[in-house]
Amino acid sequence: MRVLSKAYGALDVDERQKITFPQGLFGFETIRDYVLLDAERQPFYWLQSVEVEQIAFVIINPFLFRPDYELDIDDNLLKDIGIDSPEKALIFSVVTLPENGPMTANLQGPLVINRDTRIGKQGILSDQRWKTKHDIMQELSQAKGMER
Amino acid sequence: MLILSRKVNEKIMIGEDVSVSIIEIRGDQVRIGVEAPKTVKVFRREVFDAIKAENRAAAESAPVFPDLDFGAKREPL
Repeated sequence: MRVLSKAYGALDVDERQKITFPQGLFGFETIRDYVLLDAERQPFYWLQSVEVEQIAFVIINPFLFRPDYELDIDDNLLKDIGIDSPEKALIFSVVTLPENGPMTANLQGPLVINRDTRIGKQGILSDQRWKTKHDIMQELSQAKGMER
Repeated sequence: MLILSRKVNEKIMIGEDVSVSIIEIRGDQVRIGVEAPKTVKVFRREVFDAIKAENRAAAESAPVFPDLDFGAKREPL
Protein backbone atom coordinates (compact mmCIF):
# COMPACT_ATOMS: atom_id res chain seq x y z
CA MET A 1 0.00 0.00 0.00
CA ARG A 2 1.37 3.39 -1.06
CA VAL A 3 1.11 6.15 1.56
CA LEU A 4 2.25 9.75 1.44
CA SER A 5 3.62 10.54 4.86
CA LYS A 6 4.37 13.81 6.60
CA ALA A 7 7.65 12.54 7.98
CA TYR A 8 9.06 10.43 5.16
CA GLY A 9 7.23 11.33 1.93
CA ALA A 10 6.02 8.41 -0.22
CA LEU A 11 6.26 5.01 1.45
CA ASP A 12 5.30 1.44 0.79
CA VAL A 13 3.43 0.31 3.87
CA ASP A 14 2.36 -3.18 4.84
CA GLU A 15 -1.41 -3.66 5.18
CA ARG A 16 -0.80 -4.96 8.68
CA GLN A 17 0.28 -1.48 9.77
CA LYS A 18 -3.22 -0.14 9.09
CA ILE A 19 -5.26 1.18 11.98
CA THR A 20 -8.84 2.33 11.54
CA PHE A 21 -10.60 4.81 13.78
CA PRO A 22 -14.24 4.57 12.56
CA GLN A 23 -15.09 7.78 14.40
CA GLY A 24 -11.78 9.52 13.80
CA LEU A 25 -10.02 11.41 16.56
CA PHE A 26 -11.72 14.33 18.32
CA GLY A 27 -11.48 17.33 16.00
CA PHE A 28 -10.51 14.99 13.12
CA GLU A 29 -13.72 13.02 12.84
CA THR A 30 -13.55 12.55 9.05
CA ILE A 31 -10.02 11.11 9.03
CA ARG A 32 -10.46 7.42 9.77
CA ASP A 33 -7.72 5.42 8.10
CA TYR A 34 -4.20 5.54 9.45
CA VAL A 35 -0.99 3.57 9.37
CA LEU A 36 1.39 3.10 12.27
CA LEU A 37 5.00 3.97 11.38
CA ASP A 38 8.17 3.89 13.43
CA ALA A 39 9.24 7.43 14.23
CA GLU A 40 12.79 8.65 13.69
CA ARG A 41 13.46 8.06 17.35
CA GLN A 42 12.35 5.36 19.70
CA PRO A 43 10.04 4.90 21.46
CA PHE A 44 7.82 7.14 19.33
CA TYR A 45 5.53 6.16 16.48
CA TRP A 46 3.74 8.13 13.81
CA LEU A 47 0.03 7.66 13.36
CA GLN A 48 -0.13 8.76 9.74
CA SER A 49 -3.37 9.43 7.87
CA VAL A 50 -3.63 7.34 4.73
CA GLU A 51 -5.67 9.98 2.90
CA VAL A 52 -4.12 13.26 4.02
CA GLU A 53 -0.35 13.51 3.97
CA GLN A 54 -0.22 16.45 6.36
CA ILE A 55 -2.27 14.73 9.07
CA ALA A 56 -0.01 12.71 11.31
CA PHE A 57 0.29 12.36 15.05
CA VAL A 58 3.27 11.40 17.14
CA ILE A 59 2.19 8.78 19.65
CA ILE A 60 3.85 6.97 22.55
CA ASN A 61 3.18 4.16 24.98
CA PRO A 62 2.26 6.21 28.08
CA PHE A 63 3.32 3.50 30.53
CA LEU A 64 6.96 4.14 29.57
CA PHE A 65 6.99 7.44 31.43
CA ARG A 66 3.98 6.96 33.72
CA PRO A 67 4.16 3.44 35.14
CA ASP A 68 1.29 4.48 37.44
CA TYR A 69 -1.04 5.38 34.55
CA GLU A 70 -4.49 3.89 34.94
CA LEU A 71 -7.36 3.97 32.51
CA ASP A 72 -10.93 3.49 33.51
CA ILE A 73 -12.34 3.18 30.01
CA ASP A 74 -16.05 2.91 29.68
CA ASP A 75 -17.51 -0.38 28.60
CA ASN A 76 -19.35 1.08 25.60
CA LEU A 77 -16.09 2.24 24.07
CA LEU A 78 -14.53 -1.19 24.50
CA LYS A 79 -17.62 -2.84 23.05
CA ASP A 80 -17.49 -0.45 20.05
CA ILE A 81 -14.07 -1.70 19.09
CA GLY A 82 -14.67 -5.30 20.09
CA ILE A 83 -12.38 -5.53 23.11
CA ASP A 84 -13.51 -8.06 25.71
CA SER A 85 -10.32 -8.41 27.71
CA PRO A 86 -7.64 -5.89 28.71
CA GLU A 87 -4.85 -7.82 26.97
CA LYS A 88 -6.50 -7.06 23.65
CA ALA A 89 -6.07 -3.31 24.10
CA LEU A 90 -3.16 -1.34 22.78
CA ILE A 91 -2.90 2.04 24.49
CA PHE A 92 -1.22 5.11 23.08
CA SER A 93 -1.05 8.76 24.03
CA VAL A 94 -0.92 11.57 21.50
CA VAL A 95 2.24 13.67 21.79
CA THR A 96 2.54 17.41 21.20
CA LEU A 97 5.96 18.75 20.27
CA PRO A 98 5.65 22.54 20.42
CA GLU A 99 8.31 24.78 18.92
CA ASN A 100 8.91 26.30 22.31
CA GLY A 101 8.26 24.40 25.47
CA PRO A 102 8.35 20.83 26.60
CA MET A 103 7.11 17.81 24.73
CA THR A 104 3.82 16.72 26.27
CA ALA A 105 1.53 13.73 26.10
CA ASN A 106 -2.24 13.71 26.35
CA LEU A 107 -3.17 11.19 29.03
CA GLN A 108 -6.76 12.38 29.27
CA GLY A 109 -7.68 11.34 25.74
CA PRO A 110 -5.94 7.98 25.18
CA LEU A 111 -6.08 6.05 21.94
CA VAL A 112 -7.41 2.57 22.56
CA ILE A 113 -6.79 0.06 19.78
CA ASN A 114 -7.96 -3.52 19.41
CA ARG A 115 -4.74 -5.48 18.98
CA ASP A 116 -6.37 -8.11 16.76
CA THR A 117 -8.61 -6.07 14.46
CA ARG A 118 -6.59 -2.81 14.56
CA ILE A 119 -9.73 -0.81 15.12
CA GLY A 120 -9.39 2.06 17.54
CA LYS A 121 -11.13 4.88 19.29
CA GLN A 122 -10.10 7.89 21.33
CA GLY A 123 -11.42 7.80 24.86
CA ILE A 124 -12.00 10.50 27.44
CA LEU A 125 -10.98 9.75 31.01
CA SER A 126 -12.87 11.42 33.83
CA ASP A 127 -10.14 10.77 36.42
CA GLN A 128 -8.81 14.24 37.13
CA ARG A 129 -5.25 13.00 37.58
CA TRP A 130 -4.92 12.70 33.82
CA LYS A 131 -4.54 15.92 31.84
CA THR A 132 -4.11 16.83 28.20
CA LYS A 133 -0.52 18.00 28.79
CA HIS A 134 1.91 15.82 30.73
CA ASP A 135 5.56 16.84 30.48
CA ILE A 136 7.10 13.57 29.24
CA MET A 137 10.72 14.33 30.17
CA GLN A 138 9.87 15.52 33.65
CA GLU A 139 7.59 12.61 34.45
CA LEU A 140 10.08 10.15 32.99
CA SER A 141 12.79 11.40 35.31
CA GLN A 142 10.38 11.19 38.24
CA ALA A 143 9.55 7.61 37.32
CA LYS A 144 13.23 6.74 37.09
CA GLY A 145 13.82 8.38 40.48
CA MET A 146 11.17 6.16 42.03
CA GLU A 147 12.85 3.04 40.70
CA ARG A 148 16.07 3.80 42.56
CA MET B 1 -33.07 21.24 22.18
CA LEU B 2 -35.39 20.82 25.12
CA ILE B 3 -35.37 23.69 27.56
CA LEU B 4 -37.09 23.35 30.89
CA SER B 5 -37.06 24.97 34.31
CA ARG B 6 -36.24 23.19 37.54
CA LYS B 7 -36.02 24.25 41.15
CA VAL B 8 -33.49 23.13 43.74
CA ASN B 9 -33.92 19.44 44.61
CA GLU B 10 -35.94 18.77 41.47
CA LYS B 11 -34.71 16.23 38.95
CA ILE B 12 -34.65 15.47 35.26
CA MET B 13 -34.67 11.91 33.95
CA ILE B 14 -32.81 11.17 30.73
CA GLY B 15 -34.06 7.81 29.59
CA GLU B 16 -34.69 5.39 32.44
CA ASP B 17 -31.20 5.24 33.87
CA VAL B 18 -29.89 8.76 34.04
CA SER B 19 -31.09 11.26 36.58
CA VAL B 20 -29.87 14.84 36.89
CA SER B 21 -30.66 16.82 40.02
CA ILE B 22 -30.20 20.48 40.85
CA ILE B 23 -28.43 20.46 44.21
CA GLU B 24 -27.70 24.09 44.85
CA ILE B 25 -27.91 27.45 43.09
CA ARG B 26 -25.60 30.19 44.24
CA GLY B 27 -25.26 33.31 42.06
CA ASP B 28 -24.26 32.18 38.59
CA GLN B 29 -23.13 28.74 39.77
CA VAL B 30 -25.29 25.66 39.77
CA ARG B 31 -24.29 22.43 41.48
CA ILE B 32 -25.63 19.45 39.65
CA GLY B 33 -25.79 15.83 40.69
CA VAL B 34 -25.72 13.17 38.00
CA GLU B 35 -26.68 9.58 38.68
CA ALA B 36 -25.94 7.29 35.75
CA PRO B 37 -24.87 3.70 35.13
CA LYS B 38 -21.14 3.16 34.91
CA THR B 39 -21.41 2.63 31.15
CA VAL B 40 -22.50 6.25 30.68
CA LYS B 41 -19.58 8.66 30.65
CA VAL B 42 -20.22 11.97 32.36
CA PHE B 43 -17.71 14.77 31.97
CA ARG B 44 -17.53 18.51 31.72
CA ARG B 45 -17.81 19.85 28.19
CA GLU B 46 -14.43 21.64 28.68
CA VAL B 47 -12.72 18.25 28.93
CA PHE B 48 -13.99 17.29 25.50
CA ASP B 49 -12.96 20.68 24.06
CA ALA B 50 -9.52 20.40 25.64
CA ILE B 51 -8.89 17.01 24.02
CA LYS B 52 -9.99 18.38 20.64
CA ALA B 53 -7.68 21.38 21.01
CA GLU B 54 -4.80 19.13 22.09
CA ASN B 55 -5.28 16.87 19.06
CA ARG B 56 -5.09 19.95 16.82
CA ALA B 57 -1.93 21.14 18.57
CA ALA B 58 -0.42 17.66 18.26
CA ALA B 59 -1.18 17.58 14.53
CA GLU B 60 0.77 20.81 14.14
CA SER B 61 3.78 19.45 16.02
CA ALA B 62 7.15 20.17 14.55
CA PRO B 63 8.42 16.65 13.85
CA VAL B 64 11.72 17.25 15.56
CA PHE B 65 12.37 14.67 18.21
CA PRO B 66 14.43 15.56 21.23
CA ASP B 67 17.26 13.31 22.27
CA LEU B 68 16.10 11.22 25.13
CA ASP B 69 16.84 7.97 26.76
CA PHE B 70 13.84 5.94 27.73
CA GLY B 71 15.93 2.91 28.44
CA ALA B 72 13.19 1.08 26.61
CA LYS B 73 13.05 -0.32 23.14
CA ARG B 74 10.04 -0.07 20.96
CA GLU B 75 8.31 -3.38 21.38
CA PRO B 76 6.93 -5.21 18.38
CA LEU B 77 3.15 -4.85 18.43
